[in-house]
Amino acid sequence: MLNYTPREYTERKAIVINPAKTCQPIGAMYAALGIHKCLPHSHGSQGCCSYHRMHLSRHFRDPIVASTSSFTEGAAVFGGGSNLKTAVKNIFAIYDPDIIAVHTTCLSETIGDDLPTYIREAKVPEGKIVIHANTPSYQGSHITGFSNMVMGMVKYLSQNSGAPNGKINIIPGFVNPGDMREIKRILKALGVDFIMFPDTSGVVDAPMTGSYEMYPSGGTRIEDLIDAGNSMATLALGSFASTAGAEELRKKVKVRPTVLHTPIGVGATDQLLMAVSRVTGQEIPPEIEEERGQVIDIMVDLHDQYQGKEVAIFGDPDIVIAMTAFTLEMGMIPRYVLTGTPGEAFEREVNAMLTTAGVEAKVKASGDLFTLQQWLKEKPVDLLIGNTYGKLIARAEDIPLVRVGFPILDRGVHSYFPVVGYKGAMRLIEMISNTLLERQDRDALDEDYELIM
Amino acid sequence: MRQIAIYGKGGIGKSTTTQNLTAGLGEMGKHIMIVGCDPKADSTRLVLGGLAQKSVLDTLREEGEEVELDSILKPGVFGIRCVESGGPEPGVGCAGRGIITSINMLESLGAYTSDLDYVFYDVLGDVVCGGFAMPIREGKAQEIYIVASGEMMALYAANNICKGVQKYANTGGCRLGGIICNSRKVDGEKELLEAFAQELGSQLIYFVPRDNMVQRAEINKSTVIAFEPECDQAAAYRGLANAIDSNDMFVVPKPMVQDRLEEILMEHGILDI
Repeated sequence: MLNYTPREYTERKAIVINPAKTCQPIGAMYAALGIHKCLPHSHGSQGCCSYHRMHLSRHFRDPIVASTSSFTEGAAVFGGGSNLKTAVKNIFAIYDPDIIAVHTTCLSETIGDDLPTYIREAKVPEGKIVIHANTPSYQGSHITGFSNMVMGMVKYLSQNSGAPNGKINIIPGFVNPGDMREIKRILKALGVDFIMFPDTSGVVDAPMTGSYEMYPSGGTRIEDLIDAGNSMATLALGSFASTAGAEELRKKVKVRPTVLHTPIGVGATDQLLMAVSRVTGQEIPPEIEEERGQVIDIMVDLHDQYQGKEVAIFGDPDIVIAMTAFTLEMGMIPRYVLTGTPGEAFEREVNAMLTTAGVEAKVKASGDLFTLQQWLKEKPVDLLIGNTYGKLIARAEDIPLVRVGFPILDRGVHSYFPVVGYKGAMRLIEMISNTLLERQDRDALDEDYELIM
Repeated sequence: MRQIAIYGKGGIGKSTTTQNLTAGLGEMGKHIMIVGCDPKADSTRLVLGGLAQKSVLDTLREEGEEVELDSILKPGVFGIRCVESGGPEPGVGCAGRGIITSINMLESLGAYTSDLDYVFYDVLGDVVCGGFAMPIREGKAQEIYIVASGEMMALYAANNICKGVQKYANTGGCRLGGIICNSRKVDGEKELLEAFAQELGSQLIYFVPRDNMVQRAEINKSTVIAFEPECDQAAAYRGLANAIDSNDMFVVPKPMVQDRLEEILMEHGILDI
């Protein structure tokens, strides 16, 4: 398994090996699925669309619908204008969504397709909407694509009608529907009126009902996306995935943004709750306080399992930043922190946290898993936290892996449960502790094999 | 079969020179195909007598992938076979990709028959992207001629094109056959171009004088040789055809740095024009 990764780390400029990111359109497609009755549309060749749908399907284990402009040689030469116009006509006629969210691909970006003009020229039926985001994969990552599509939603839809709605906007970032449900549950417990977008809960975790629904009941309503311009504030969870949308709301309709970490762990969840409370004046209800107390109790109960254990964290920047903060809270030692998404802010933010905690670690944005493995060969850690792609390293270096983030292609159910909020913190502590205990059991000699741990 | 690509600054007279040159070769009894690689699709008008040629890409767009060779390849004066690759309207799509598509299609349709003595690619302006380098990639055109004049921008463009040629010379094996001067009647033009070509390590293969006959023939949708076979300009194009037919000097060009290029211009005293 990964036998040829050399032990010595050398600087590489020319090649990425085992990337820790994927295409922009995957993020854009996922964000678009978070609008109710929206058909994501891939403006490019069919292969792009197939791959992105497949990748999302494998993570969520639910059907992912999306259409494509089906570029051929002719479209590459003459531009994709007529393909898009035909697509818009056919999609509304055949699949009847309320809204089409178009994202571009490398090909359409390279030939310079002018999406706003194409959309203006397309025949969009009365009451239907087409929005778009530019998502060239040679920039950024799937997180950038998610961010761009969220920004596109604001650009095209959000309006200030002059009538404040007394709500707050929540941009949850690139997280699972289980996380979005948890954030909504917390906000409801606080008695807060809110608009969450995008919201893929009820779409990519829709229940089996016996009949196939192309557009399940979930997703942010278009009227809510429009109304987001009347909200009193926007909370952007995760700077990489959500800042652009929140900033666009500030620029376009003067809704004040607050950028927070993805609420993973006690501190980040506290910050979210306090921010909501500050904006809305709502008190934190006892049931949420109770949950917080439970997390602290659990930490006390199990701290001897993970306290001082060294960990490597990799994946998408917002999740990795938040997981780094949480592992520090737990008294673990993050030794290696890596994301494939580019951005100096990642290294700055993580390094600041580590410095405060007095932990020395290697931190890298635009990194790949080859680098991570080389670091691990140099000096191993006790635990890996990241997506499915870490399983190869986990086997090669014999280090246990806790699966957090995107994509998780080899385990089920994960997307239904949260990692955010106090409930999510409990779940993560359970996963981390159990994984470490499992490893202890696996390696224990018969005479050391304990019933009570 | 000699495959030849003609490059040069936009408006320098590539298409006019190519068509008059091929007429000269055609008159000699050579079998020739011209592949126009310009989205404007105006590379074969003189040879075809103004006949509007349906471009490969238009045909592809309108009739799908099942294109017949006959519908895109038209014979003109002296039996010269003409193809226009065509391309998107200005401002949309990707003309470079169009050239790649079109040349690939010509290959798969069997346009390159073994009886051909010459294939000419008439390529627009600068080698702005990979697509416009298609004719000199992958061992297609082995010979390149650059049309230039004594004007600074023409030489600047020619030098720039040599950079592209140099790049593909190592992998594709293409060589610069020489500079063709399409005279603008600039002072000391011949000497300047000779010096320029020499600096590139190449030659001024022919000096085509300026003559209104060219324009007259053009207005009449004809090459000079077909329009007025006995005139001096027809003789000049025959001379060019002979020079190219008997050319044996093929080099990897050594493009100049900007300073050196300006020095040469200075030496021949045209910067003050």
